Amino acid sequence: MSPTPANTPTTWDEFLEGIWKQNPVFVMILGMCPTLAVTVSAVNALSMGISTALVLIASCGLVSLMRNIVPKEVRIATYIVIIATLVTAVDYAIQAISLALYDALGAFIQLIVVNCIILGRAEAHASKNPPLPAMINAAGMGVGFTIGLLSLGVVREILGAGSLFGISLFGAQFQPWVVMVLPPGGFFVLGSWLLFFSWRARRQQAREATQNA
Amino acid sequence: MTEQVAAQQVTPTGAMIRTLGLVSAICGLIIVGSYQGTFSAVQENKRIALERAVFKVVPKAKAVGEFYAVPGKGIAPAAGEAPAGAIKFYVGYDAAGQLAGIAAEGSGKGYADAVRIMFGYQPYCQCITGIGVVAMRETPGIGDKILTDRAFLANFEALDVKLSADLAALANEVKTVKHGTKTHPWQIDAIAGATITSRAVGRGINDAAKALLPALVPQLDKIRSKAP
Repeated sequence: MSPTPANTPTTWDEFLEGIWKQNPVFVMILGMCPTLAVTVSAVNALSMGISTALVLIASCGLVSLMRNIVPKEVRIATYIVIIATLVTAVDYAIQAISLALYDALGAFIQLIVVNCIILGRAEAHASKNPPLPAMINAAGMGVGFTIGLLSLGVVREILGAGSLFGISLFGAQFQPWVVMVLPPGGFFVLGSWLLFFSWRARRQQAREATQNA
Repeated sequence: MTEQVAAQQVTPTGAMIRTLGLVSAICGLIIVGSYQGTFSAVQENKRIALERAVFKVVPKAKAVGEFYAVPGKGIAPAAGEAPAGAIKFYVGYDAAGQLAGIAAEGSGKGYADAVRIMFGYQPYCQCITGIGVVAMRETPGIGDKILTDRAFLANFEALDVKLSADLAALANEVKTVKHGTKTHPWQIDAIAGATITSRAVGRGINDAAKALLPALVPQLDKIRSKAP
């Protein structure tokens, strides 16, 4: 799974990797639990994305700093303790910022602890790289995850509630497509996005094949 | 690869314990620090959320007092641990410090989960004059109509919860009836298509009113004006 390339990538490439080539939601299909569950509105998606990104960047920074002093045998335990600590801090921060948001995100804030993107990044990247590249790579992944969540949240909120970031778009006569904000809606929208990216990739491949021929 | 490395150099037990201990200690400090750092802001948020919920059902209120009602023992300001069997309720006071209304929480089993509501009670009419939702997980677009459906909310302009002559029970139990069949002021006209959620609201109000009002109404004089 490790995406670490053989040649040393530039900082910009490190950042872009998580946004496009290795996007956690659309390419690696990781972190599906919050992706499907909290994306009923754009605000929820954005706050979940930002919370996860903050934990991701901070935990990768800490894991990278400690990479030379943590014995291999206890590394997973160490990573989990670090991640759980940062999630607890973010959990308190969200309660302090807005209780309404905290209630909307529910258990999925605590579940960031077991988000495989974070442990995956710590193990595959941060434990092998110095703090700066590790944090830049984590920031890219965090932004990529946030973009993934927002792509679902925006579509689901527009179709399922007729609004965007809580602002009504179509007026009172709009009949919302309720299934989009119910659990099946998450699968429909994610499936549609994956279909779109796959169609795009195939079209590009076909075009390259014709050019080469 | 890990096995080869492990075979070549064995990590001493002490180093492993030391590392885990150190990491745990640092993480403990971070957790306690963030708890302490956000404590006052979180408490303030909780207070604002409670005030907002009470002000919604008692619109004239400008301040909130928290009380316990213990059946058979009367009422007392909420402080410290709740006595056994106590029912919490909130008293809204207007700008002059006079009783503006009473708010209490009720809960009934809805379609997805418990529907927790806050209702406003007015002693002068012995009726419920407004409801708000504290927490629910009802289907969007169906169950959550209890927040927006005008005809349903009209049930709570003056929902009758008068006590019987001996003040020991409700004169008439609050009941949710099928859409369009409401005939008495203590009945709630359900939303067509969201009957289960409507019933949860009715049951929540009935259970809470049944428990709270017989303990509260005889003691109303104690809370008519705000304690200095």
